[in-house]
Amino acid sequence: MNTASHGLQATALSPELRARFDKEVAKYPADQKQSAVMSCLSIVQQVAGYVSASDERMVAEYLDMPLMAVHEVTTFYNMYNQTPVGKFKLNVCTNLPCQLRDGSKALKHLERKLGIAMGGTTSDGMFTLQQSECLGACADSPVMLVNDRTMCSHMSNEKLDQLIDGLKAGEATS
Amino acid sequence: MNASQILSQFAATGVQSCFHGQHITPQIYADLNGSNWRLKDYEARGGYQALKKILGVDGAPPNPDTGVAGMTQDQVIATVKESALRGRGGAGFPTGLKWSFMPRQFPGQKYLVCNSDEGEPGTCKDRDILMFNPHIVIEGMAIAAYAMGISVGYNYIHGEIFSAYDRFEEALEEARAAGLLGNQILGSGFSFQLHAHHGFGAYICGEETALLESLEGKKGQPRFKPPFPASYGLYGKPTTINNTETFAAVPWIIRNGGAAYLACGKPNNGGTKIFSISGDVERPGNYEIPLGTPFAKLLELAGGVRGGRALKAVIPGGSSAPILPAHIMMDITMDYDGIAKSGSMLGSGAVIVMDDTRCMVKSLQRLSYFYMHESCGQCTPCREGTGWLSRVVDRIEQGQGREEDMQLLDNVAENIQGRTICALGDAAAMPVRAMIKHFRPEFEYHVAHKTCMVPAYV
Repeated sequence: MNTASHGLQATALSPELRARFDKEVAKYPADQKQSAVMSCLSIVQQVAGYVSASDERMVAEYLDMPLMAVHEVTTFYNMYNQTPVGKFKLNVCTNLPCQLRDGSKALKHLERKLGIAMGGTTSDGMFTLQQSECLGACADSPVMLVNDRTMCSHMSNEKLDQLIDGLKAGEATS
Repeated sequence: MNASQILSQFAATGVQSCFHGQHITPQIYADLNGSNWRLKDYEARGGYQALKKILGVDGAPPNPDTGVAGMTQDQVIATVKESALRGRGGAGFPTGLKWSFMPRQFPGQKYLVCNSDEGEPGTCKDRDILMFNPHIVIEGMAIAAYAMGISVGYNYIHGEIFSAYDRFEEALEEARAAGLLGNQILGSGFSFQLHAHHGFGAYICGEETALLESLEGKKGQPRFKPPFPASYGLYGKPTTINNTETFAAVPWIIRNGGAAYLACGKPNNGGTKIFSISGDVERPGNYEIPLGTPFAKLLELAGGVRGGRALKAVIPGGSSAPILPAHIMMDITMDYDGIAKSGSMLGSGAVIVMDDTRCMVKSLQRLSYFYMHESCGQCTPCREGTGWLSRVVDRIEQGQGREEDMQLLDNVAENIQGRTICALGDAAAMPVRAMIKHFRPEFEYHVAHKTCMVPAYV
């Protein structure tokens, strides 16, 4: 998740990473390896924080895909980060069902608390704040997705404070 | 505490959305508590009995007429047809009929796909199925695969609910280890391989042919139909796609019979349905109730309108469904035909409730932005039209609307509807037309006064 150390370098296709890729590829027919592109890119993002052009090339070579076909996937799907983001990417849903239950207020609260506008990253590189479309957790609004994989539910302002303060404190002691 | 420990404190538990005890004769959500999702728990609830029944390995005596144990493919499909189960993802197409379209005798590979790309605003029912009862989907898919002679399946899961994807992977491992998936299931001649696939943020992939493109590792842009997936689907092979909840309904139908399922609902609308209620109610959540239940009853289950306020309007079937004003909603029953007759649709079963403090212009502004954002860009009417809709609604909301804007919105919507490859165009157009139809004075007020009729709405 540390974006600073990666820069434009391709993420190394380590044995661990290759094993994770292999597991995804095994789901599909032998002549349809391309089907694993979405999961391979999301694994890269989990490891590197975002998908760099070099990472796209690495995945393209691994899956025997044209580089442009990989780039099309990275750019089509909303959750791929094409540039580095903060250590914690916060996606707050503001679609109508959430808007009716304080989703937009949650986003505004975080803007104030973090001192950044929607779309921005804090100067210490800790948090990136984004508005998102329906996360599929409408009954639990306000909801926020952290780093693509962890959904946080019923996020009142108080809970948002608790989460941000907790992550900051955890970072300070680590 | 490390970051994942901190974040885990905020994970949904399902207590509010699913384990509230307010379901009516639930089948899919019955007896769930959040910790009993594993194989042994599912089996204790009667799970995998239906699969064993059709495969003839449940210990029941062979059919006296045929001398064969289990159920034939035709019998399974006939049972599903009799149940009047209709697609739970949005279109409401009869499931048994869809299964009968599959060319079972096609000699090559065929595929079964579960559409768990649940992104229709308002909908979160499949998430709770996958999180708290994943094996019911696996069993339903295995039964479907048997009925249509399919040996490989995929469950495409909404990327934003990654924990549900991880959970489903875990459940698959359990099922494989127990011989409930894989080669020669439970010693029968039937083999079925099932895998999980995740999306990564594209509403359009809930459209079945976009989903197939995505599953093939491409941009999720819908395909022109025909050919339909039953003849040209995943990797160009015959493919059947059903929603998560549809598959989840199947084990109960096989265990109890099609007639019993039909009797749970109303004619042509068999069984129970899960409604995701969001917005201005006391207790938002998923409610599994028999089809045909009055909306008033559903609202009551969710604790009524929040704060005891008056109901203004409801979007009864996900954000793409036309909005209906309160007086119409309070008279309708929650089933495909009942809602269709009132000018909207049951859709995915997402019920978005709005009270009398809500501004319809502002609500439409958010929805129109969404459709513009999610248009895949393939068809000009949708790509350009959703932008027009969003910008015009936006300027009305901002107090810069023009008198002719309502007519303009209607024209643009009309020029999108029915003129695109997939239904996203219709989905963007329908809410606009319904909002103007039912709440025109509110739009006119905005234009004339450059402000909102219901200013309390933040």
